[in-house]
Amino acid sequence: MAASMASQAAVRGLRTTATKRVLLDKLQCSWLTPRRWLNLQEYQSKKLMQDSGVAVQRFYVADTASEAQEAAKRLNAKEIVLKAQILAGGRGKGVFDSGLKGGVHLTKDPAVVGELAKRMLGFNLITKQTPKDGVKVKTVMVAEALDISRETYFAILMDRACNGPVMVGSPQGGMDIEEVAASTPELIFKEVIDIYKGVQDDQALRMAANLGFKGPLQRQAADQIKRLYDLFLKVDATQVEVNPLGETPEGQVVCFDAKINFDDNAEFRQKDVFAMDDMTESDATEMEAAKWDLKYIGMDGNIACFVNGAGLAMATCDIIDLHGGKPANFLDLGGGVKERQVYEAFKLLTADPKVKANCQQKWFASLSLSQLHHMNQAHQ
Amino acid sequence: MSHSRLFARLLLQQSGVRHCYTGSRKNLYINKNTKVICQGFTGKQGTFHSQQALDYGSHLVGGVSPGKGGKTHLGLPVFNSVKEAKEGTGAEATVIYVPPPFAAAAIIEAIDAEIPLVVCITEGIPQQDMVKVKHKLLRQSATRLVGPNCPGVINPGECKIGIMPGHIHKKGRIGIVSRSGTLTYEAVHQTTQVGLGQSLCVGIGGDPFNGTNFIDCLEVFLEDPKTEGIILIGEIGGNAEENAAEYLKQHNTGDNAKPVVSFIAGLTAPPGRRMGHAGAIIAGGKGGAKEKIAALQSAGVVVSMSPAQLGSTMFKVMRSMRGV
Repeated sequence: MAASMASQAAVRGLRTTATKRVLLDKLQCSWLTPRRWLNLQEYQSKKLMQDSGVAVQRFYVADTASEAQEAAKRLNAKEIVLKAQILAGGRGKGVFDSGLKGGVHLTKDPAVVGELAKRMLGFNLITKQTPKDGVKVKTVMVAEALDISRETYFAILMDRACNGPVMVGSPQGGMDIEEVAASTPELIFKEVIDIYKGVQDDQALRMAANLGFKGPLQRQAADQIKRLYDLFLKVDATQVEVNPLGETPEGQVVCFDAKINFDDNAEFRQKDVFAMDDMTESDATEMEAAKWDLKYIGMDGNIACFVNGAGLAMATCDIIDLHGGKPANFLDLGGGVKERQVYEAFKLLTADPKVKANCQQKWFASLSLSQLHHMNQAHQ
Repeated sequence: MSHSRLFARLLLQQSGVRHCYTGSRKNLYINKNTKVICQGFTGKQGTFHSQQALDYGSHLVGGVSPGKGGKTHLGLPVFNSVKEAKEGTGAEATVIYVPPPFAAAAIIEAIDAEIPLVVCITEGIPQQDMVKVKHKLLRQSATRLVGPNCPGVINPGECKIGIMPGHIHKKGRIGIVSRSGTLTYEAVHQTTQVGLGQSLCVGIGGDPFNGTNFIDCLEVFLEDPKTEGIILIGEIGGNAEENAAEYLKQHNTGDNAKPVVSFIAGLTAPPGRRMGHAGAIIAGGKGGAKEKIAALQSAGVVVSMSPAQLGSTMFKVMRSMRGV
């Protein structure tokens, strides 16, 4: 009953030991850990932060040009920043198919905000990280532009080595933090947090000081740090990264940008957060797979893989590569898979025009015979 | 920050602090006398796998299903709590088939009842919940947790705790530890086919916060006279394999070194997303397959590039080392 390891893949040519790295811009997943890669727009992340009392630039969201102009007036700010809301990065240097250059604009005049928004909304923004036709912009963020006099880096994450939450920070924010870590590791500060005690006052103040916040700003920063930790717990985040956590000339501590990663396992108790998931920029097949709760990642080969077990699925891709083939996908059915899912998975794979052969690895501890039968039927 | 402080931090990250929890490693070695209970006994998964365990010959003595205490299920007593089950049966191990929203609480209940071995099969427990479980776990030494999100532990022919297919196992001499579920079965199947068999197989599971790591199992295998060879199955992500390599360098060298064969899944996986930069900084290593393979090789581990050659590789290594 147990399937043998013999791969049905065509074995050809010499074994290659070279690592084949398939670079896919859209494959922005942390391999295997998340089932769905929850993507929030910038304004959604900032709303979550605002709700937790974290200091972010005042902002409104608009779907039409007139709304954008109204929002700009309501802000009553010295300067406005208008930002197209798409998930992909590189917005600043992007180009709209309306001809407008740049997905982020600064202006002091609300009327200009309205004009610019007219050339953004409903048009496609093309950046280095979007598909070549770009992504349609349906929403813009109209925010108060603030000057930044100093940029720091701050993050909170669940760390395996420390068995729990850790705060990481550096007074050298805004730039490539990994470069900082490599060349000046003494500028990276770390605080381990006890999950039951939370962030202690002295920890928050010490981190704020290490980030370079002095005088009254130290207390302000410490307060922001605690609020970020509260947010981190509240939304079941696996990481909250603020870069930059900035200081304004007026003496405010503000989170200018944030990246939040969420624990997929917590979806059942984070329905509001996951409801914000915008999948319209995702690959169609991966969206379909997610609908059926299948762990699927498209790759660019021609041998489809149909496997139960993530480790075995990875190993299947590895062994195909070892023998000179190229997997068309990674697919883990999981142990508790139901018949309908098996059928849908097979449909998904056979619909892929690149696929020339199938490679199936299964251990039938949990998969029943009826599921197998169903699978074979779908194949016919 | 001085170099010694930096070094101390690195050390903490790499080899892990020795807690009193490490004293519970010996609880991993189940045998035909180990009394097992099942939490989530009357649920669909609990029922199915408990029947399988009974068919295999595991010494299942009862189960826990809150609100159903006093009833009988599969011919065995049902209890309302782990504490009551332990008092009523003398249970030494528990296997948990409880859905994700309640599984962490089930683990904590077993820790509070001081059950020596807890095997949690459940996949999908929120990370925050497991961080809390781990906090408790590390500050005691009576209970050893395996998992969550793991296939379980099996001493072939004696005791099966988990969802692994019993029939592919064979009593023998190879200790197997793996982060994967179904990929483990490949190693088992192959070692059975070449006649080596298995002494003890532990699936440690794929979650970032879990109860047992490679090193915990390696210590048990190195100290066990019945285990003559070790197969370690890893995958990309985290530092577990690198830490294991370091441990082997310190504890598995010289004439009495036991052969270790390994496979690391994910060599051809597309690069993951940068989970912000903090993860990369804090972890140091990139969690890539190449780095893990290199680390293991430097510790004398024979790394197979194909998952189909684990059994044959172990056979060859053992034959050349000590005569099979």
